[in-house]
Amino acid sequence: MNWQLVPQFAITGLLAGGPIALTALGLVLIFKSSYIFNFAQGQLLLMGALLTWWFAVEHGLPLWMAILLALFLSALLGLAIERLALRPMTGQPLLSIILMTLALSQVLQGLALLLFGATQRNFPQMFSAANPYRITTPFVYNDRPIVVILKQNLTWSFVVAVLGVLVIGAFFRFTKTGLAMRGTSEDHELAQSIGLSIHRIFGLSWALAGVVATVGGILLATSSGLDLSLSVVVLAAFPAVLLGGLESIPGTIVGGLLIGLSQGLVSASKVSIVRNAAEIMPYIVLLIVLVFRPEGLFGQKRIERI
Amino acid sequence: MAILRPAGEFDTGYARDMATIRRPWQWWLLLAFILALYTLPFYAGQSLVSLVNRIGITIIAVQGLNLLTGYTGQISLGQAAFMTTGGYISALLVNNLGWSFFAALPVAAMGAGIVGLLFGLPSLRVKGFYLVMATLAAQFIIPWFTRNAFPDVLNGAQGLNVQVPILLGLEFNRPQRYIYITLTVLILTTIVAHNVSRSRLGRAFVAIRDNDLAAEVLGVNLFKHKLQAFFLAAVYAGVAGALAAHNIRHLNSETFNLTDSVFYLGMLVVGGLGSSLGPIFGAIIVELLIEGATLFGPFFIRTFPSTAAGAVQALRPLFFGTALMLFLIFEPRGLAHRWYLLKAAWRLRPFSH
Repeated sequence: MNWQLVPQFAITGLLAGGPIALTALGLVLIFKSSYIFNFAQGQLLLMGALLTWWFAVEHGLPLWMAILLALFLSALLGLAIERLALRPMTGQPLLSIILMTLALSQVLQGLALLLFGATQRNFPQMFSAANPYRITTPFVYNDRPIVVILKQNLTWSFVVAVLGVLVIGAFFRFTKTGLAMRGTSEDHELAQSIGLSIHRIFGLSWALAGVVATVGGILLATSSGLDLSLSVVVLAAFPAVLLGGLESIPGTIVGGLLIGLSQGLVSASKVSIVRNAAEIMPYIVLLIVLVFRPEGLFGQKRIERI
Repeated sequence: MAILRPAGEFDTGYARDMATIRRPWQWWLLLAFILALYTLPFYAGQSLVSLVNRIGITIIAVQGLNLLTGYTGQISLGQAAFMTTGGYISALLVNNLGWSFFAALPVAAMGAGIVGLLFGLPSLRVKGFYLVMATLAAQFIIPWFTRNAFPDVLNGAQGLNVQVPILLGLEFNRPQRYIYITLTVLILTTIVAHNVSRSRLGRAFVAIRDNDLAAEVLGVNLFKHKLQAFFLAAVYAGVAGALAAHNIRHLNSETFNLTDSVFYLGMLVVGGLGSSLGPIFGAIIVELLIEGATLFGPFFIRTFPSTAAGAVQALRPLFFGTALMLFLIFEPRGLAHRWYLLKAAWRLRPFSH
């Protein structure tokens, strides 16, 4: 371990965990209401970022208007996906539903490549890249205090991500619609029998997931640039979701941050093979979770009844 | 469906009752078909032969996945990773130890099978998409391993150049020759897969798929059979990976990737889950679709010049995804089911049922 690097890498890892948590939130939103694990979340995120870029750079709209338009369109995209692709799958076996979202991810990836091309785009900078925040930590190495540098874009995307999770969490906890969505996740037929429209709720959760994905896409694009590989963040978000628990909204933030932290800490190692393991760290964490606590940190343990 | 037979055809013994191929004309038809495939290099062009060769290798990989996902119901996104394993083992044995490809192939299959067992272990505790996640982990960890471990042997992200198989001085260096290896292996794997599906093992797999609790209560050993399914699937993947590696003659961590794993699952659904014909139909249709996208690409770019240069790469996932979605909505049981319906209708004609 490079001890003087550990605080820096840990903090950077935690900050990088913000967008992971936001992506995980999109997955949990859909899973909570409809028991669908959305493998196309990464592509939704990519679509949101591309739409924002398209409005802001190609059409020269002000950034806030571009973001609003992209949010609106991605909510519509979420609704359309629910209506056209997932509703016919109601009551189908798990494999069909998983394959449907995988097929969606292929279609969206193909569409993104077809419409926007594979080139790297310059995404409008929202936070200045210069002037990173400097924080002096209480740790001392070689008689000098360790200073942690926080890039502005990473910091702010982290803040927005945490805020997003809190807002959605509050929505689920305190509003009537949120309660209806939680009820639907318990039992679809029961929810219908007390007069909840589960189609409306599925649609709403997909629209919300589209919005959350777009926010995540914009945050990632401002900090790391925009191209088609943006969608791979979702591959770090899957383990985050399982770590936090599939049905838990606070779990997404804990899971995302822990995944980011584990990647950051591994990167601080002196051994090159351990350092390189940062890219598969989410999946090593995932295997550990699956073996020791499959329901995740905050998930519900389901007992199988015959 | 299977009991529908033409009038006047009776079984006179158990062997005949269990036969897959029941009538002499079916034997002749099958032999003619196999002969047509084996003589393909003599009358077909290079591109068609290499396409058939590629389809054959794909069918082997999908057959393995069918045993695991189609019969046992354990969804796996790791098939391509086990292909990578098989490909690397075979390539290393042939390149570094001077083995013959035909000796390396079974060893590569076994090696991939053992790695498959390892990643099948979580299946004992978790199922559904938790298991999908565990197999997804294989899809990341194995390629990462080939990129980062033993750089002097595995050559990192660059990968390996793989030698051509040689048998009795004959180099299988062109698709026109390689297709003989592919077809022979494919016939063997098809026979094995079909017979696994109708043996005790296959019935245990189906019992686990339909209801694992009930299967366990009936005395099916879940632990053993799930691992056997993972082992078999990975063995098939190892064979397919070794065949593909020596065919392409180059191998790195990205040769078989996550997209391939998704495509194999898609092929399985398009063809029909849990049926011996499914992988064959699915692999053929989807590979033809991809080939169609490749051919259609230049035309598409001429029609819509505004699209980016990557249109060909864009059309493949687009075609595949759309086809898969349509199949999932309109024909979730796949082409094999449609084929059985067709056969039944043919036997029952002129009546509708």
